[in-house]
Amino acid sequence: MNIPRIVKIKQIINESPTVKTFIFDWDVKDEIPGQFMMVWNFNNEKPMSISYIDPVKNEIGISIRNIGKFTKQIHNLCEGDKLGLRGPYGRGFHIAGSKILVVGGGIGMAPIIAFSDKASGMGIEVHIISAATTHNELLFNDRIEKSDAKLLTCTDDGTSGFCGFGTDLAEKTLSEIDYDMVICCGPEVMMKKLFDIVEKFKIPAQFSMERYMKCGMGLCGQCCVDNVGWRICVEGPVFWTDELRMINEFGQYRRDSSGVKHNIP
Amino acid sequence: MTILEIELCGIKMRNPTMLAAGILGSTASSLNWAGRSGAGAVVTKSFGIEPNKGYSNPTTVEVMGGIINAVGLSNPGVNNFKLELEKLDKSVPAIASVYGANQYEFSDIVSKIENLVDAIELNVSCPHAMGGCGSAIGQDPNLTADIVRTVKKNVKIPVIVKLTPNVTDIVEIAQYAEDAGADALTLINSMGPGMKIDIETGIPILKNRVGGLSGPAIKPIAIRCVFDVFESVDIPIIGVGGIRDYKDVLEFLYAGAQCVQIGTSIMYEGMDIFTNINNGLRRFMDKKGYGSVDEIVGIAH
Repeated sequence: MNIPRIVKIKQIINESPTVKTFIFDWDVKDEIPGQFMMVWNFNNEKPMSISYIDPVKNEIGISIRNIGKFTKQIHNLCEGDKLGLRGPYGRGFHIAGSKILVVGGGIGMAPIIAFSDKASGMGIEVHIISAATTHNELLFNDRIEKSDAKLLTCTDDGTSGFCGFGTDLAEKTLSEIDYDMVICCGPEVMMKKLFDIVEKFKIPAQFSMERYMKCGMGLCGQCCVDNVGWRICVEGPVFWTDELRMINEFGQYRRDSSGVKHNIP
Repeated sequence: MTILEIELCGIKMRNPTMLAAGILGSTASSLNWAGRSGAGAVVTKSFGIEPNKGYSNPTTVEVMGGIINAVGLSNPGVNNFKLELEKLDKSVPAIASVYGANQYEFSDIVSKIENLVDAIELNVSCPHAMGGCGSAIGQDPNLTADIVRTVKKNVKIPVIVKLTPNVTDIVEIAQYAEDAGADALTLINSMGPGMKIDIETGIPILKNRVGGLSGPAIKPIAIRCVFDVFESVDIPIIGVGGIRDYKDVLEFLYAGAQCVQIGTSIMYEGMDIFTNINNGLRRFMDKKGYGSVDEIVGIAH
């Protein structure tokens, strides 16, 4: 049922100066990378991507960037503190093909790392483009290095790996290597740019979208996208490029908590 | 004419199901999607004069037999909503659900959007509204009548009034609404409010602490309300509350509803619920030899 389950924070991992991962004991059943949890801190409740799924240890994790009041409150919590979790929600990434390029920008790396761990663990060749503003904001480098996935870092200021945008590195990589599929999560401006690139290369791709969300159970309509009307919390958050073509607000605008539209810069 | 077609206040519907107010419906896209999914008509999420963020999360939590919610009438305000209404594809009739604190606000809103929709549904029944809106009005027969009378004076399209079950005598309010000129009634809005408390922490889960109960749990009460009001008014009734399959729809029709609205059960059944219900109705009516929905309306009396 769609009711928060109270869980203790088992472990907190400092991923970067602004990002922490929170690990919980969780009866892992069919959690899929790309899905999200509704996280309740007894004050507010927000959707957060699952960044870690361990079906053996029965643990899940969420990674949160400290960007506002809610995320700051969560960053101030300690191991042993409690949160309410409900989910998993939404449609996650579909794993297909034998060679996959995954592209994550900023905190968009959260579902990307969960996908990469699962896919590379299945023996799929995964190349990760991990993009951040600067080197110490690159996320999950240790986890990637422990896995069989190949890491390509990319920073705006050139302090690690490719200097420039993740989309530029992705375009370069796609022109050099053949992939069966591309997976992406990051700022929408970046995803729109990558969408145009994968369309040019005619490669199937999935993108994870984000919209203001309230109920998370497909009823309130807050996260419905134009023009198809789909709910990010049920039909999404992950969409194939064929589906994204029907979401014409993608890369253009988004609605706030009252439903007023704002252009995506 | 197909077996499921009905006419409500002169509005032709291809079947007796509507998307209920408050579930999806805050954009043209989601309303059009409900139409494409088989709904016979769509009702918008309620909107008011100004943009409203509603309550903070959690705004919704599941309970046995449904949900409780205190979304708090979040909406982008009539001027923004008007832009959505302009993008309706008109494949099915559209009804605008509006709320306000008094008759002037209601009139102001409906005059701005009257030409874009087929009917108005006055939300005087939301149990978690702020600032004297919602059930603060609908629990008072005189306030309800004032608003209906003023809105009726200002618009030419049908005016439907959605009533709250959280009153001693819903029949009295229904009669006041009818006498004030309402063209139809929608019965019922969510119940309560109710509360759910987390047992680990002792904290009420909804940020607003309380919220309206909707879903299958409230169906028997909705059926009773429709049944009672049907005996006392002559205007059409739209039944709503806990409908999940065609059998639920039949109960509402038997009780006296001319058509129905569907909301919360989209959580269980997805958007296919409209088509599934209509297919079920067709099969049932074929088997029983009914030729039209009208033949079924009120047969429990």
